[in-house]
Amino acid sequence: MDLTPIWLTLKLAAITTFLLLAIGLPIAWWLSKSRSFFKIIIEAVITMPLVLPPSVLGFYLLLAFSPQHGIGKWLHKAFDIQFVFSFQGLVLASVIYSMPFMIGPIKSALQQLPVSLSQASYSLGKTKWQTFIKVLIPNIKPSLLTALVLTFAHTLGEFGVVLMIGGNIPNVTRVASIAVYDSVEQMDYTSANGYSLILFAVTFVMVIAVFIFNKYQLKSPLE
Amino acid sequence: MISIDIEKKLRTYKGEQLLKIARQFPTGSITKIYGPSGAGKTTFLKIIAGFVRPEKGRIIVDGNIWYDSGPELFVPPQKRMAGFVFQDYALFPNMNVLEHLEYATNDNDWIKTLLSIGKLENLILHKPQYLSGGQQQRLAILRALAIKPKLLLMDEPFSALDPKMKTDLIGKLKILFDELKCTVLVVSHNQQELEELAENEMSITDTNDNGQV
Repeated sequence: MDLTPIWLTLKLAAITTFLLLAIGLPIAWWLSKSRSFFKIIIEAVITMPLVLPPSVLGFYLLLAFSPQHGIGKWLHKAFDIQFVFSFQGLVLASVIYSMPFMIGPIKSALQQLPVSLSQASYSLGKTKWQTFIKVLIPNIKPSLLTALVLTFAHTLGEFGVVLMIGGNIPNVTRVASIAVYDSVEQMDYTSANGYSLILFAVTFVMVIAVFIFNKYQLKSPLE
Repeated sequence: MISIDIEKKLRTYKGEQLLKIARQFPTGSITKIYGPSGAGKTTFLKIIAGFVRPEKGRIIVDGNIWYDSGPELFVPPQKRMAGFVFQDYALFPNMNVLEHLEYATNDNDWIKTLLSIGKLENLILHKPQYLSGGQQQRLAILRALAIKPKLLLMDEPFSALDPKMKTDLIGKLKILFDELKCTVLVVSHNQQELEELAENEMSITDTNDNGQV
């Protein structure tokens, strides 16, 4: 059994989780504060991948980043970047597809913190950024961990989006979920079982770890 | 001198009512603010601290304009640095007693003094969830004092303290306020309370348009 799809999957999940942490934290913070109609629209767009068939999202990403059209053509000409049928394309699709799993739990946790925590920090002369890093983030740790694990695990399990934008190119875009499908197509049930078992074990261990951490962590009474 | 003249619409269960306050507080004075629940006592303190924006008026503190609705001037709470003791304490669950004070100030001698005033020296490594209600309330007061504020706003700050602790703490705080030349506004729902601390008093009633104080 070729283990490259497993490494590729883990690499994709790790990069996606890291990027989404960097992008998701400020967006979740922004969304957690007072609501406006514009924010509702943005939140709806971020939540869409939860309900949209992955193939639909993949289809539109394929169209948008095709080197023959619009943005894809411009990116290809100006920066020689091609998102279709490439690993960076998988990363882009995964970031969009897993975004609600990162932003949702963080936003909810931030909204549940009493507003007086931020106000107390401001009254001590601390900036919004200092307050976010030193007061807000440390008090939503369990939710932050849940968001990280959900994002990682969800990226491991991607199929439709990845297949649409990345195809099935060995060593480039052939991730584990696609390798399972491909092996079954070729009647190679041994490999399909190998990939499936590894994916099952990794996700199971991760989910169990979160449950244990959140059970035994001395959670703040505010959460 | 702190000069306040503000108007703010409050949404209450009885409908909308107007909080309208025009009052001056001499520098270094201690004023007790009392009135029924929902009259706007906490909102008044939050307006001064900059957490809530009034609709109209001016707030001038020692000659500095903190808020003016005319030319739309608003100094953010970080620049006002008014010490604030919250009714719900608003302690940071991730920080222990010492970290709370170190977050507010780098002055270690001052931290030692404060810990001794609040009798929390033996609890410096405890996080809020392991402190009693009274200990949490004392920590909230100490944290507000850590920045050596020129203006201290306290919302029901002694409600969880037993009578002996309260008298002892108030005695020490009076000396401290005097040293810091700190102007203090302290909210209490009970008019009879805090007579030993405050020399002035102000009532906020839940009347509306004619509720000017």
